[in-house]
Amino acid sequence: MLETLQLYFSYPFVRYALIVGVLIALSSSLLGVTLVLKRFSFIGDGLSHVAFGAIAVATVLGVTNEMVVVMPVTVIAAVLLLRTGRNTKVKGDAAVAMISVGALALGYLLMHLFSTSTNLSGDVCSTLFGSTAILTLSPLDVGICIAVSVVVIAVFLLFYHKIFAVTFDENFAEATGLHAGRYNLLIAVITAAVIVLAMNLVGSLLISALIIFPALSAMRLFKSFRAVILCSAVLSVVCAAAGIFVSILGSTPVGSTIVAMDIAAFIVCWAVGKVLKR
Amino acid sequence: MAELSVQNVTLGYEGRPVVEGLSFTVGSGDYLYILGENGSGKSTLIKAILGLHPAMEGEIRWEGLKPSEIGYLPQQTDVQRDFPASVIEIVRSGLISRGGLRPFYTKEEKALADANMERLGITHLARRCYRELSGGQQQRVLLARALCAARKMLLLDEPVAGLDPGASEEMYELVAGLNREGITILMVSHDLQAAEKYARHILRIGEPVFWGTKEEYHAAMGKGGSQDA
Repeated sequence: MLETLQLYFSYPFVRYALIVGVLIALSSSLLGVTLVLKRFSFIGDGLSHVAFGAIAVATVLGVTNEMVVVMPVTVIAAVLLLRTGRNTKVKGDAAVAMISVGALALGYLLMHLFSTSTNLSGDVCSTLFGSTAILTLSPLDVGICIAVSVVVIAVFLLFYHKIFAVTFDENFAEATGLHAGRYNLLIAVITAAVIVLAMNLVGSLLISALIIFPALSAMRLFKSFRAVILCSAVLSVVCAAAGIFVSILGSTPVGSTIVAMDIAAFIVCWAVGKVLKR
Repeated sequence: MAELSVQNVTLGYEGRPVVEGLSFTVGSGDYLYILGENGSGKSTLIKAILGLHPAMEGEIRWEGLKPSEIGYLPQQTDVQRDFPASVIEIVRSGLISRGGLRPFYTKEEKALADANMERLGITHLARRCYRELSGGQQQRVLLARALCAARKMLLLDEPVAGLDPGASEEMYELVAGLNREGITILMVSHDLQAAEKYARHILRIGEPVFWGTKEEYHAAMGKGGSQDA
């Protein structure tokens, strides 16, 4: 087993996959805690479908580097979704559902109508579930992934206290002169960035899992914001790395293996939480 | 000296006035009760005082204070009920506007947060989880947070909502103590008995609008009239 892993890690693309996987897992888990607590999980889900639609358009247009199209489209969608979500709650919910399902349907339709690929369902499946995308990253993709993750992590660390204040109590934060709207916007924009990155790792249908599972698991065990964030980051990174190893050894799809790890971690955390509380 | 003066202010949404022609002043060290039924415009007034909602007409003027320097104790939200946060994290978040874009709290700021926890008797709870505290303890935590932001004035929005009588009484005594230390208090409440006991001035919005001292309020409302306020 060890030899097999050694052999695989002599290939640069496997090492890339691990680096990128860990960075994506780290940035998505940092955001996840805030998104879950702010009741914004649904925005992550909606955005991932928008990103799928954007990928379909990019494929049809024959854009070689899809991220150039997908990133701005998803960021714009994030800003729009946040606007509608803030004004009226029910309508905002419906708007997210509408945009996400619409993007999914139109994306598939476009790919079906215009794709030149001989293996359409394979393409669609790998976009939705991420199958092998992580192993076929170009050095440019890897560079973009690293850069965006570093920016997300840096933003999070720099604005940690403000993000806490806005998450815990928007009214108070706003009353003490913090522009809560701007921080919500910041959160939405980096969420969009993380989602586009995470599509490479787990595919667009499974992104929400990467965002919410580590946060929910950590919340079973810890009771301070900082401890929850740290635990969520560690869990997410460990699950992503373990998932990548297992998928290499067992030739399973990377995305769903990682999510399976996250689910297992959640069950363990839930059980431990129950036992500790008695 | 007036810290806050509100002159002939009309408040409302989308051109529709909710409160019209409101005038009052709040002096340094004052204790003002803001009374009024639901929907009478209390929360709009709070937002206007905090600078979050512009007045349609009239003027809200500050002397030596900015809206962001008022300690604000908002009503609790749903999000907070299962929020994983320790007491100290929440109290320190009251310091947030002091540091501008600085990403950490300074030693002095942390000391201020500690001092405010001491002041409200919650130092022993510092590492505890907020959601596991009793209602009264939670309000103390939020009050300590408000004090971290406050320079001279506290604005409390129904601070005893949901508290049992004992905890309400403690909360009122705590606030009265802060007032004796020289902090100006603006209290939004339904509780007439407490207003009776602690208020120096009373502002009633909704019909009929009233502003004056507690004694003047008695005279204006008559003895039985205070029941329905």
